[in-house]
Amino acid sequence: MNTKHTVAVTVNGKKYTREVVGHRTLLRFLREDLGLTGTKEGCGAGECGACTVILNGKTVNSCLVLAPEADGATIETVEGEAKNGKLSNLQEAFHRNHGVQCGFCTPGMLMSVKALLKEHPKPTVDQIKEAIEGNFCRCTGYQQIIESVLDATGQLKPKTEEMRRV
Amino acid sequence: MPAVGQSVPRKDAWDKVTGKTQYVDDLSAPGLLYAATVRSPVAYGKLHGLDTAAAAAFPGVVRILTAKDIPGRNINPLVLDDQVFLAETEVRYWGEPIALVVAETSEAAYAAAELVKADITPMTPVLSIRDALKLDAPRLYKGDNVFSSYTIKRGDAAAAFAKAAKIYEREYETPYQEHAYLETNGMMAIPGAEDQMTVYGSMQCPFYVHDAVSQILGLPRNKVRIVQTATGGGFGGKEDFPSVVAGQAALAARVLGRPVKLIFKREEDIIASSKRHPSLVRMKVGVDRDGKLVAADITYYIDAGAYATLSPIVLWRGTVHALGPYVCDHVLIRSYAMATNKVPCGAYRGFGSPQVIFASESLIDEIAADLQIDPVELRRRNGLTLGAKTVTGQTIDQSCGLSETIDKATAAAEWAKKWKPPTARTGKVRPGIGISTIYYGVGLGAGGKHLDRAGASMTIMKDGTVFCAVGNTEMGQGARTVLSQIAADALGAPYEMVNVIEADTAYVPDSGPTVASRTTFMSGNALVAAGRELKGRLLPVIAEKLGATSPDEVDLVDGFGIRKSEPAGTKIPYLDLVKEMYQRRLLPSSFGWYVAPNTEFDKETGQGDAYFVYSWCTNVAEVEVDTETGEVRVVRITSAHDMGRAINPQQVEGQIEGGTLQGMGYCTMEEIRHDAQGKLLNNAFATYILPTMEDVPELRPIIVEHPYSEGPYGAKGFGEVPLMGIAPAIANAVYNATGRRIRILPIKPEKLV
Repeated sequence: MNTKHTVAVTVNGKKYTREVVGHRTLLRFLREDLGLTGTKEGCGAGECGACTVILNGKTVNSCLVLAPEADGATIETVEGEAKNGKLSNLQEAFHRNHGVQCGFCTPGMLMSVKALLKEHPKPTVDQIKEAIEGNFCRCTGYQQIIESVLDATGQLKPKTEEMRRV
Repeated sequence: MPAVGQSVPRKDAWDKVTGKTQYVDDLSAPGLLYAATVRSPVAYGKLHGLDTAAAAAFPGVVRILTAKDIPGRNINPLVLDDQVFLAETEVRYWGEPIALVVAETSEAAYAAAELVKADITPMTPVLSIRDALKLDAPRLYKGDNVFSSYTIKRGDAAAAFAKAAKIYEREYETPYQEHAYLETNGMMAIPGAEDQMTVYGSMQCPFYVHDAVSQILGLPRNKVRIVQTATGGGFGGKEDFPSVVAGQAALAARVLGRPVKLIFKREEDIIASSKRHPSLVRMKVGVDRDGKLVAADITYYIDAGAYATLSPIVLWRGTVHALGPYVCDHVLIRSYAMATNKVPCGAYRGFGSPQVIFASESLIDEIAADLQIDPVELRRRNGLTLGAKTVTGQTIDQSCGLSETIDKATAAAEWAKKWKPPTARTGKVRPGIGISTIYYGVGLGAGGKHLDRAGASMTIMKDGTVFCAVGNTEMGQGARTVLSQIAADALGAPYEMVNVIEADTAYVPDSGPTVASRTTFMSGNALVAAGRELKGRLLPVIAEKLGATSPDEVDLVDGFGIRKSEPAGTKIPYLDLVKEMYQRRLLPSSFGWYVAPNTEFDKETGQGDAYFVYSWCTNVAEVEVDTETGEVRVVRITSAHDMGRAINPQQVEGQIEGGTLQGMGYCTMEEIRHDAQGKLLNNAFATYILPTMEDVPELRPIIVEHPYSEGPYGAKGFGEVPLMGIAPAIANAVYNATGRRIRILPIKPEKLV
């Protein structure tokens, strides 16, 4: 049970090698062994999407993947989004459109959207909904998240303060 | 440009989109230990003792703690002071904490917790409101099973019923609702020198936690410090319960002299944390020939669970809101919080009001249908207006946007075009439209008057940046941003230079809880006081620089000192004033203190000013119901809200949209189930169903502003309101589509086929 496994991964372009026990989840590996605490645990059961990361180009719930299974993999997490202190387009759009409230779902949400945009650079609202369906958010009602994604892809009509007051 | 009224970006957004925000589980400390909770395997029983031998021998286990290890008082201090941190001689609900296992790793703590065996003689539990009311029900406490009760008596309801043209009697039931904030409860307690204890964690109410930690440890208050960490959602669920978690973590840290983290797994968060109370509401309303409400007799029961915790005040709010925003001169409302053997229920957005609002707004709709009156028209005939009196006899003297919210929501939703009676709906999939109109007493009101004050400190740093500390918390709702906007304008400094930090009991005295939609209003007003005081010290400097004879002739606005008579004339930049402030050795700090407007209330009759002001809202829900499968698709929800003043319109929309979806979940899918022995059955997101992105209807928030004279820049408070009236609006739309009236939530497909 406590046999150690060597896990070598590339996370956000940086290589890491660590010894871990076989039952170490990728989530805890990222958070506790690599110190990348941006990725969150919401349920530990693959139901809420808060721990979503991109593993070899595809989104996974990192709480359901064992770290040894990720040996040799390329992983993208929220910490890799901003470059040189500058937010990515997607992050800027969430920032600008109030796609963030408590922020706990945000890292996973951004990873799901990032993977979606690779496949569909101008996604429809239905495609956005389908891509993020597995990412729970209890704060926003999702609408400002959808608007953030539309804005990031140049599809949002700007809202004026007058419109808000009808 | 003033910051108030602008949709400025959130102060915390940059860190949140980059993953830099530190929630409690992202923190660590040297020598950190991990705690896990041993929970009761029965709902009700005598606890004789624990067999901890196997757990204590588990590798990595440092200590197993029980109630006997508590140096202070084993009671979480709230209203009736009845909830224990760890069970002593009895267990009162399935999942109640009975011991803590502390270990070097979280895995070891959880594995060993499974090995602790409790010696319990089970007793017959009471598992519902109806069971608790039975004459032969087990008495869970001395006397009856009623924790608390209230009465509102206005006019003569019995006499008024005798004269009513028609009388309607109906019964409604609502289920539990789980908050399902994405970040579970968690605390990290760090012992320090000289008996200090500092607790970091996810919470809404640092001062409740302060009380609790001080009490369980038996430590003086000045030895205890509570620091709120970034909090991943609250919705009321982190009002009282974090006190228990913090008390337990602090107990372990104190006994062991090492930092201890207690982070809940999702399953135990659902099992053990507070929820929205299930309810039973009996409504009897009499009307005259025009559909005007002439008499009401309402009985409201809530299932409080095993301990009273916040139930007495939750019940009070529900009692006051039981008839809704309508005029009725003869009213009798009675309410009861019932003790059962289930997890204690507490605060959840709306605080005892969504249950009664579902009942009363459904009944108003039933009356409209029976009288063949448009439900909007019936509400207009009965709705509160300026000068009218509420059920508690309070005169609405200002800031009443109810009729404007009705106008705007129904116009935007095209009610007049879309509404027709259910008999006119045909086909397999039928559209329906429904409305709810609600009001909400802002703040703690007469029920929590003694707690309704707030403080704020403000310091202009040497570089001009402004540091503000308040006693209310950011839990995702955007408080830090809105309060920064208010602080910036009150002082006259540029918004970008002003920051309000997370709550810390070391900075500000007890400012009451972050509940009741009171933060913008209370902490906002405290910041206004602090900002004006500080500005007052700069005005003489401005006057001198501009050659004015008196400080009264000048002002500091949007980062510039100006002469009021010539706002476009010579301007002194704020940073120059800061330099002067420091050169002249002026005090760069101030402290604001705000006490809520007075409320006078007679608890015997339930008459008086229940709250100092009300917010108003109208929701219009549009649905499509598949009459073969019973599936309800919510197509659109239009909500118009009068919150006095929208300090940040974009965040106001975020509150409306998020609250609306929680209300939709409450109406159509969310419920907690127990087995016959009181075990909670659906303790995971796979079985406690939440609305996801696929369920989102089109959400149309509308802002209506009827400023409140006492509010910071006219703001009242409204964070809870978006959820409160959604369930009846949808239920009324379902009726409108199908002619089927659902009186027991949630509206699941099987109830419609």
